[in-house]
Amino acid sequence: MRRNYALQALNYLIFMALIGYFSTSPAYRHLPEGEALVVLAFSHAGQHVEPCKQVSAEELAKLPPNMRRPTECPRARSPIKVELLMDGEPLLKTVAEPPGLFGDGGVDIFLDATVPTGKHHFVVRMNDSVRVKGYNYTYEQTVELKPAQLLFIDFNTEQGFVFK
Amino acid sequence: MQVPPLKRIYLALENWFNYSFGSWNPLYHLGTLTFFFFWIVLISGIYLFIFFHGSLDGAYASVDRITHAQWYAGGIMRSLHRYASDAAVGCILLHMFREFALDRHHGARWYSWFTGVPLLWMVVTLGITGYWLVWDKLAQYIAIGSAHLMDALPIFFGSMARNFLEGALSDRFFILIEFLHLLGQPMLLVFALWFHVRRLSNVSINPPRGLAIGSLLALLALSIVKPATSHEPADLTTVPQLLNLDWFYLNIYPLLDYWSAGQVWVLTIGITLLLMLLPWLPPRKAGPAAVVDLDYCDGCKQCFYDCPFDAISVQARSDGRAHEHEVTVEPALCAACGICVGACHSSNPFRMANKELKSGIDMPQFPVQALREKTKSCLAALEGKIKILVFGCEHGFDVTRLNSRETAGITLLCSGMLPPTLIEYALRNGADGVMVSGCRHADCYFRFGNRWMEQRLAGERPPVLRSRVDRRRITIQGGAETDQDVVEAALAQFRERLTGLVESEDDGKGEDR
Repeated sequence: MRRNYALQALNYLIFMALIGYFSTSPAYRHLPEGEALVVLAFSHAGQHVEPCKQVSAEELAKLPPNMRRPTECPRARSPIKVELLMDGEPLLKTVAEPPGLFGDGGVDIFLDATVPTGKHHFVVRMNDSVRVKGYNYTYEQTVELKPAQLLFIDFNTEQGFVFK
Repeated sequence: MQVPPLKRIYLALENWFNYSFGSWNPLYHLGTLTFFFFWIVLISGIYLFIFFHGSLDGAYASVDRITHAQWYAGGIMRSLHRYASDAAVGCILLHMFREFALDRHHGARWYSWFTGVPLLWMVVTLGITGYWLVWDKLAQYIAIGSAHLMDALPIFFGSMARNFLEGALSDRFFILIEFLHLLGQPMLLVFALWFHVRRLSNVSINPPRGLAIGSLLALLALSIVKPATSHEPADLTTVPQLLNLDWFYLNIYPLLDYWSAGQVWVLTIGITLLLMLLPWLPPRKAGPAAVVDLDYCDGCKQCFYDCPFDAISVQARSDGRAHEHEVTVEPALCAACGICVGACHSSNPFRMANKELKSGIDMPQFPVQALREKTKSCLAALEGKIKILVFGCEHGFDVTRLNSRETAGITLLCSGMLPPTLIEYALRNGADGVMVSGCRHADCYFRFGNRWMEQRLAGERPPVLRSRVDRRRITIQGGAETDQDVVEAALAQFRERLTGLVESEDDGKGEDR
């Protein structure tokens, strides 16, 4: 079979162009210009659905020594209901059921939304107990968001919501 | 016969490359080219590893030094590493497209297709961890995207994506990714590649030297013209905005901006499963496997050497005859190509002239006896001055379209099924010339049919065509279904040559008289 070296060179040029182009192009815009990202992410276990019960001395005495604990808690935990408001409007919202066969697992929340840059007032609130009406954790803060900024809203039981 | 549109597109592309590259046609060497690109990736990767600092703080700076401070060596190596990886994915995609378009994934060949599909993902994930190691904005983007994908699987506790935001990353993280990219994933890939070619014989891993040199030079030139560079360093307090994605590897990630990670998994797993199941969509009935007849098999092992799909094995003689070996066929592996029949010296049509011709190995759907009878009947029907018999194959150009008063076409299962002695038989029994067709030169639906046939006719591979057979009366012209013009032109040229030959022989006889 004959070979045409000029055509081969042309083919190699096409090969280089294809590899060179698609290795970096077309450019992809992950975050629109003039926007920032708000991420509400935390791990938290809801409170027990029923309160822990005090075990009486008689009941404790019936138990083997290694199983004697002053309180007895039911396993099932409450769902986590969380909501983030930006400038008075709901931005992120979810209700996460506790995982696990007995509904006793911790919940991982990861919610995000792109928002316009500038000054915004955020209110974040959470309910982690079916025994509480409304929200039992609330935090609010005004933030001046810069372009491409990532506002990370975390939660821990000691500090409550933390804006990072 | 109607040629499917996809096949027509592929054949046109192949034709273009044939004009340019001849037997170096990259479409005929996609597997070996992929191997070659991996060699480039390996060598350039080892070089990069020497200078790479695998830590959260040092990774970006070390890659930056490699790229800029030693642009003449490290920079080129980095670019080669990237572009050869991209070229490998391109080759794999083309390889899949080719096998699909040419319908080479059905029947006994399901295994190579089935085991090949996951290889694509293994290569892609290997590339992803490679991009991760640079720890720039692109790495940050794919790290968080990958974490979202992992979080969607019910096998991890906690949120990986949140770890990135919390700044919970450490150098251990880099050691893990380094281990995966440098050792874990490549080893898994090599193992999977071994599985992929497990049911093939005579596997080659090196492309033709000319093609390898050309490809390397092209990648080198690209590395100099457009060196690979990094994005800005990763910064987990900001979000990557405009990204120069490597679309060969990172095409899944933008989907995460529109779909949930679970939906992306459903799509990728769905496409993967669909691709893996293609050999059975729709199910196709394969031709019966080759059958060994020990009464005529002397255990010469030539069919074992020639079988492209490792369907034939050799074992100790079981029938008490004096021969040392016998062969057996594994029906599940047999692609029913008939190449073993062409390899068997007992397929000689001069044997058993007055009784049924039996061969040591034969195809039930087209036994050598039927082939001899077909040859005889075609020769008897030929008229005119120059009688030409054309042997073709089921998967190339349909040679019966050449049928005329002076030409008869016989379609074999593969051109490699043709016993060389049948050519001599045809020439001795009235044919002025024999043309052998099949798939395009350097290609074969059954991998080696064309090549073995050409080598047998050239006297380079047993069973050889005897040297006393007049080679001027034989021509080989491969062609795909769409190559009618090419095959007809070759036939016309052959007829012209034979006419000159016959006339000069007639003149010689006249002078003798």
